[in-house]
Amino acid sequence: MSILLYFTIVPLGTAFLVTLLRKKKGISDLLAVLSSLYLFGLSLATAGLTKSHGVMIYKVGGWFPTIGITLVVDGLSAFLLVAINLVAFLVLIYAISYMERYTDKWKFHALFMFMLAGLNGVIISGDLFNLYVFLEIASISAYALVAFGVKPQNLEAAFKYTIMGAVASIFILLGIALLYSYTSTLNMADVAYCLSDKAKNPLLVFIWVLFLAGFGLKAALVPFHAWLPDAHSSAPSPVSAMLSGVVIKTIGIYALMRIFFNVLGVSINLLSVLMASGILSMVVGAFLAIAQNDIKRMLAYSSISQVGYIIFALGVGTPLAILGGLFHLFNHAVFKSLLFLDAGAIEYSTGERNMDKLGGLNNKLPVTGYTSLMAAMSISGIPPLAGFWSKLIIIVAAVEAGYIGYAIVAVLISIVTLVYYLKFQSFVFFGKLDAVYNKIQEVPLAMKTALVILAVICVMGGLMLTGTFRPFLEGASNVILSGTGYKQAVLGAIR
Amino acid sequence: MSLIVKTITRFTVGLVLVYGIFITLQGHVSPGGGFAGGIIITLAFIQLMLAFGQDEVLRKLNQEKGLLLAGIGAILFLVIASRIFLKPQQHSFVAEKHFQLLSAGFLSLSEIAIALMVAAGLFVIFLTLVLLIEEEEKEKK
Amino acid sequence: MSLYFLCFILFCVGLYSVLRKRNIIKIIIGLGIMEYAVNLFLILVGYRMHGRAPIFAKDQEILNMVDPLPQAMVLTTIVIGLAVTIIAVSLAIRIYEKYGTFDITKIRSLKG
Repeated sequence: MSILLYFTIVPLGTAFLVTLLRKKKGISDLLAVLSSLYLFGLSLATAGLTKSHGVMIYKVGGWFPTIGITLVVDGLSAFLLVAINLVAFLVLIYAISYMERYTDKWKFHALFMFMLAGLNGVIISGDLFNLYVFLEIASISAYALVAFGVKPQNLEAAFKYTIMGAVASIFILLGIALLYSYTSTLNMADVAYCLSDKAKNPLLVFIWVLFLAGFGLKAALVPFHAWLPDAHSSAPSPVSAMLSGVVIKTIGIYALMRIFFNVLGVSINLLSVLMASGILSMVVGAFLAIAQNDIKRMLAYSSISQVGYIIFALGVGTPLAILGGLFHLFNHAVFKSLLFLDAGAIEYSTGERNMDKLGGLNNKLPVTGYTSLMAAMSISGIPPLAGFWSKLIIIVAAVEAGYIGYAIVAVLISIVTLVYYLKFQSFVFFGKLDAVYNKIQEVPLAMKTALVILAVICVMGGLMLTGTFRPFLEGASNVILSGTGYKQAVLGAIR
Repeated sequence: MSLIVKTITRFTVGLVLVYGIFITLQGHVSPGGGFAGGIIITLAFIQLMLAFGQDEVLRKLNQEKGLLLAGIGAILFLVIASRIFLKPQQHSFVAEKHFQLLSAGFLSLSEIAIALMVAAGLFVIFLTLVLLIEEEEKEKK
Repeated sequence: MSLYFLCFILFCVGLYSVLRKRNIIKIIIGLGIMEYAVNLFLILVGYRMHGRAPIFAKDQEILNMVDPLPQAMVLTTIVIGLAVTIIAVSLAIRIYEKYGTFDITKIRSLKG
């Protein structure tokens, strides 16, 4: 069981080693890629162990559960661990060539490894305050990574992100303090036990609102989304891919799921708030994305829209809907990272990010063109690519549960998504080539490898629903469905 | 700075340093521990810098050595902590002899590593933010 | 009971400063005030009536202590707050170098 500790020790050790050995050329790349490959293998092994053992628990220092800190991995955690480490590994391969254009690559690798350690820690922690500490580690590294360039826009976007993220973290800390004052324990399973014994209290509604505000800002739900377009479009491309594909899902959606479904317990009011907020995000994100000319800003608004789909699916609450929501989470991590890496490849070759000024790049950049075509078709929901299956499951589940109006809105927004991705493809890749761009070349080999592997996963993602991978997905959704059954699963496995 | 400040500083810098080390080592008996001790050790260096001018101190301890010490402290802490967590049977956290210096096993060693990391890290941050020194960079972009 | 209300008032003062002030340094100070208010609230949660400091001393039997767990939480939170302040202040220094002003209504080059 002590395998769980390596998820945080290995990235931290890599970050410190990269800082010490920063004068030698090329060693930071090697260390970072090797350690993320090791983490990916470790996450696959953990997923296999979880399928055979059930819930895996590690008691830190040998102390008993409610006195000491525990690390808990169940189906949901294993599912997210695989997704995150896979995307991180491919982004690091891409960053071998992309970050040559910036100074001080060792700083990028050190901060990236800190962020990865924080993300892994959030997923495996079984304790409320431990979750907060790792969430802060990941957030602070993200604030620093957004400010990595030298242009003025990077600094302004990073400052906005820092202040709004810090306010959200303080709300989360206030929620944890109030929850501790009510139950006097910090272990998540133990809090669930205490809350089921006591009567309903208006304090719980206040705690619930604080957590919704705090984690909602981290996940960019609609009233709290104002930082996302600036931050994700001004960061360097590997950082944008990581932030948009992985970070807002872990520290936003995963923490929301864990605390609301497993610790506090859901009620009908909460589910309808989640559904309304999801629909709002979908609509606002999609309509604002059509009006954009900058590629990365359009992709950032599209992220808001797709996160709205996931939260809407969680709000519907039936088993089929939660399965669809989790599958959409995995798909979105893959294809949104692919799209951001493609935008970075376009910027690397042509130096231009405005869609009006580009055109006809398909002859010069074939790999970039075809991979972004795969990703755009998948995210709009064209069969038989992966995105079609996940959106179909969400819409069918909404219709089955009786929310026909919301399902019609979801279908319409899917059509709008198709519209702006077609606009992206036709403006950038098809059409006439501008004479200025006659001399551009295809991107280097490292970037091509990462793009092709992600595109393959994007196409084959539909296989997740079939035989071998289906228990993987169902294990994750069963954890959410069991609600406060989490407490029996965790504490029963300890004794 | 005037002569009075320089003379007093020569006396008190050693005391501040010893006090910081004392708080670090007694972390398991009285309040304190690695963080507080590390910050007080940094204060000793900052006092030297204020009294004698930045060039004198920077000749002995510049940013490179600061980063090196911070890295060493961090790796030391990681090694000690992972050894404790991966083999908890060999180290006991409950103190056998109370109220004495060596009664908490490996915990005081990790406090020393944390103090080293915090002191060196805060020193580098002070140099960068207050004196606006940047590392040698070549602008390639 | 009135102590908890005073903590919330301090929190609201900090929140007002983050939301309505135009100078970057005042926003960072407001963030600091909010953080101190939450730390204070955490320590107050652990208070027990007639409690003493949770430190063992030689040859003394101390029976009623205040709760030591929030104190450990607050130590960690203070360090996290320090890290956020350091990042915000270094960003403010760089913004001053690039834009020449600390006024946030004039730093608006990202639109849409």
